[in-house]
Amino acid sequence: MSKFLKPAALLAALAVGVTAAHAGGKFGLGREATKDEVAAWDIDIRPDGTGLPDGKGNVSDGEEIFAERCAVCHGDFGEGVDRWPVLAGGHGTLSSDRPVKTIGSYWPYLSTVYDYINRAMPFGEAQSLTPDEVYAITAYLLYMNDVVTDDEFELSKENFTEIRLPNEENFFEDPRPDTATLRDGDPCMSNCKDKVEITMRAHVLDVTPDSEDDEAAAGSID
Amino acid sequence: MTKTDDTLRAPSRRGFLKSGIAVGGALAAAPLAGRAMASEGDPAILEKKDWNQYLGDGVDARPYGHPSEFEAHVVRRNVGWLTADPVSSVNFTPLHELDGIITPNGLCFERHHAGIAEVDPAEHRLMINGLVDRELVFTMQDLMRFPRENRVYFLECAANSGMEWRGAQLNGCQFTHGMIHNVMYTGVPLKYLLEEAGLKTNAKWLLPEGADAAGMTRSVPLQKALDDCLVAFRMNGEALRPEQGYPVRLVVPGWEGNMWVKWLRRIEVGDEPWHHREETSKYTDLMANGKARRFTWEMDVKSVITNPSPQAPILHDKGFTVLTGLAWSGRGTISRVDVSIDGGRNWRPARIDGPSLGKSAHRFYYEFDWDGSPLLLQSRAVDSQGIVQPTKDALRAVRGTNSIYHNNGIQTWHVKSGGEVENVEVS
Ligand code: HEC
Repeated sequence: MSKFLKPAALLAALAVGVTAAHAGGKFGLGREATKDEVAAWDIDIRPDGTGLPDGKGNVSDGEEIFAERCAVCHGDFGEGVDRWPVLAGGHGTLSSDRPVKTIGSYWPYLSTVYDYINRAMPFGEAQSLTPDEVYAITAYLLYMNDVVTDDEFELSKENFTEIRLPNEENFFEDPRPDTATLRDGDPCMSNCKDKVEITMRAHVLDVTPDSEDDEAAAGSID
Repeated sequence: MTKTDDTLRAPSRRGFLKSGIAVGGALAAAPLAGRAMASEGDPAILEKKDWNQYLGDGVDARPYGHPSEFEAHVVRRNVGWLTADPVSSVNFTPLHELDGIITPNGLCFERHHAGIAEVDPAEHRLMINGLVDRELVFTMQDLMRFPRENRVYFLECAANSGMEWRGAQLNGCQFTHGMIHNVMYTGVPLKYLLEEAGLKTNAKWLLPEGADAAGMTRSVPLQKALDDCLVAFRMNGEALRPEQGYPVRLVVPGWEGNMWVKWLRRIEVGDEPWHHREETSKYTDLMANGKARRFTWEMDVKSVITNPSPQAPILHDKGFTVLTGLAWSGRGTISRVDVSIDGGRNWRPARIDGPSLGKSAHRFYYEFDWDGSPLLLQSRAVDSQGIVQPTKDALRAVRGTNSIYHNNGIQTWHVKSGGEVENVEVS
């Protein structure tokens, strides 16, 4: 054992009982992960249900957990408090001036709901929910979004992939470039327009930080 | 910074400079203490300054150096109303205060979803699991024993300029274009780590994951990883800053910043994409008809004039004027930048100076004799793929105004006769 190994690294090495480099790779660096280590970190879920843990939860349990752990930011019905994200509603708004993107109106896959809540929520207390709790909250959010209408509905690993979200079909692959390239001709260099007029000023809608009128305006960063 | 910060307020800064000159002139004319005769000229020359006479700090005073106190206004800034909470928010690079192509580490804009994770490198691991022959764990020391590469790349948030889809909103290129930085990374080609684990033949996608409380994940096609992704631990020579993913982050050259997972702790290898939250709810581009583009990874050709701009007005009278800006493309190098001073009626080629590297920022200049009349400044970049930076109206014609992401439209700055600059849109 190298005398340069820090105590923490030494403990970590001892804990897993492996100190030797693995065989097989070109550089012989790193070591093989244990099954428990992979299980501890590999929590991701895919649309086909890959990664879902055993468990189940129903709408009414979900409502209770949601009220306790989520509603302070997202509202009792997922309507969003202040500027915290809205989780329900928004149907029929996607082609309007103010689209409301929610699990019900926008998200293509239910697996994303499970995966995200399980990995990142509640905000500031991530990865503190049990699988049954995440199933129950997910069932409640399906109910709040009218994807299921039965308030006794129970979501489980077994019936999970039977549920489809309504907007799944409305995503398509990136078609860019969708604006001009040099194949459309060289860009114009002179007399490109007859006249130029100012059509809009940021001044009019001055939302620049530190300006007098620091009001929320249209637009969002994500 | 507060409302009294005059660098944000063009007229007051201009006024301040003018009054400074006036005071200087008065002093120069007045008899100077200890002198028999009044000298004529600039007090910056005629008067001795403290720093001309007295000793300064020694080498032990500033073990990690900081910018001059006179540069205190050069900082990242945020826009409070954009998000619900500063720990899941963004601040902006002060592009108008920088030159060349490299962004200093402390000024690189920040976007994180659960605050800055403060990771102890001794307790950080990178795991590779899934469709590999050997699921591996690397310590930071392991990573640093792989062959390294140094590459300069820009990182742009896909939502950069996203507030401007409906029209001119924010007065300052820091806010309209500041979700970008350009840094030299030192890191290990991701390919080496994947080869070390041994890819199964059905491997097609990767899921990098962060160690922060957002557990950030994105699906990355394997082809991109084998092409040019880096697992980086240094930026501009020094260790990554905590807000940029210390001790290790993914570098996904030319692709949207959200994919450059910070505090990288795991890479899963799979055969299908995961469709996680950041590639469904977010980072999909909603079109006018209600349908949405997904997996819009590349950052398209874009440029912006950084000086003059609303936070950096012209402070001199008419005469020789240096205009400068940045151009970049996630699809290659910048082959040319044109500048217009009349709102896009006539264009002149700008001069690109400094390194021209693929998927890195390019610095351009256009020097001209300003006659003191109002200007409508624009820049238009063309990349090595031949893609031309579009006008905002051309973008809206194809995409509508709801897409939030990937706004690479041509920016217009209106320079008034007094040198003040505002963000406008033109016909
Ligand atoms: C302290 C406030 C807070 C609490 C409590 C909270 N969240 Fe959140 N939630 C947020 C924030 C902030 C985001 C956005 C995070 C980001 O920017 O990445 C979010 C995002 C989400 C999203 C994704 C929204 C979208 O449109 O992409 C879901 C789903 C969600 N939360 C569910 C929950 C659930 C379920 C709970 C309870 C278990 C919960 N949240 C508790 C603040 C909160």
